[in-house]
Amino acid sequence: MNAPEQVRKLRIATTSLSGCFGCHMSLLDIDERLIELAHLVEFDRSPITDIKHCGHCDVALIEGGVCNAENVHVLRELRANSKVLVALGACAINGGLPAQRNNLDVRRCLTQVYRAEGSGEVQVPNDPELPLLLEKVYPINEIVRVDYFVPGCPPSGDTIWKFLTDLLTGRTPRIEHPMLKFD
Amino acid sequence: MSDTKDTFTIDGQIIEFDHGQTVLQAALNAGVYIPHLCHHPELKPNGSCKLCTVTVNGRNGSACTQQALPGLEVENNTPAINDRRRVLLQMLFVEGNHFCPGCEKSGNCQLQALAYDLEMLTPHFRHSFPDRAVDASHPDIWLDRNRCVMCELCVRASRDLDGKSVFMLAGRGPASQVVVDSPSGLLKDSALTLDDKAAHVCPVGAILPKRTAFKVPIGDRQFDDAVISNQTDYLATRRIDTNPTTTDESLAEKV
Repeated sequence: MNAPEQVRKLRIATTSLSGCFGCHMSLLDIDERLIELAHLVEFDRSPITDIKHCGHCDVALIEGGVCNAENVHVLRELRANSKVLVALGACAINGGLPAQRNNLDVRRCLTQVYRAEGSGEVQVPNDPELPLLLEKVYPINEIVRVDYFVPGCPPSGDTIWKFLTDLLTGRTPRIEHPMLKFD
Repeated sequence: MSDTKDTFTIDGQIIEFDHGQTVLQAALNAGVYIPHLCHHPELKPNGSCKLCTVTVNGRNGSACTQQALPGLEVENNTPAINDRRRVLLQMLFVEGNHFCPGCEKSGNCQLQALAYDLEMLTPHFRHSFPDRAVDASHPDIWLDRNRCVMCELCVRASRDLDGKSVFMLAGRGPASQVVVDSPSGLLKDSALTLDDKAAHVCPVGAILPKRTAFKVPIGDRQFDDAVISNQTDYLATRRIDTNPTTTDESLAEKV
């Protein structure tokens, strides 16, 4: 008898753009199923591995909206390198909490936040390493093509598990009541 | 004359109706769900949200304004019609500022419940992020235009039930907004009071009584357990509650 064929592990990249890492916490919230997941996938670029740039991936999970120039570069890199790109959570889908600034003037925001008490002197940080803010916070599907959307703030561990197992085992992912939540 | 009731069909199912009922009223009474947002059993039909669009004898029409007539053939729960309803919902979501995680109406919101039921996973279209004013001037009632879907339920409730005409839609296209009948344009100078039906009829989180937020725990909210399509009894018979049990007396005393 032949030994069972080694199944290639799928490569997953994850990132948090303009998010709070809540969706990543929710991913970790699948608890002991992480071990099962580790049999199916290996992680590329991700806060979990601390790899800074991704190679060719099967799946990219994107948390957070797009609020600055770096977010745009990261998102495009992940799109270019992944077969399936997933918007994970409310911010990736509609901008979420960070998008609450979309009706405020960015210059005014910065000059108010970085105004020194007393002297009133304004010193907006301008280190060249700091990415520039965009004038609005965008949902990721307004920047790149998105294959799947997983709503929730954050989506629960069970929802993420349902989605990932559907996707990784070749079923059409479906999120419905009671897992479909926007809050 | 025959004493059998008049009937029409929805997706082949025979629906009995009383003379004068609309297709939507007859359907809800018969336990058949048709998605809707701007309809309320206490108010006259408006036909503005178009989510209840059905095909009647081959032509599209709003179920809430279409009079029930003997022999009508209505198509309702078909993939093609539900696809169009989902697109309407997506347009409603990108047209306003609908951020469910920070909204106290979440879980009790009809717009959200419709989106859950039709499995709307993304608003899809480009968000307009409109700049809309919040009016927090009234001591008992919020008016947050960011969440308004222009269904005119508050306009009709105030005019037809309260006899006050506090609200009106003004402006055109993207500039449309709910305006308030008061000298300053602010809610505090209007005739609106907490026991008005108009203060409690909003299907989304645009008009809300103050000091009631998050009183109902997650899990107990209207659309937590059962999806809206399984709540036809509630939808057919609901009344505008001007004294919600969610008001916490002890908190009111402290304030």
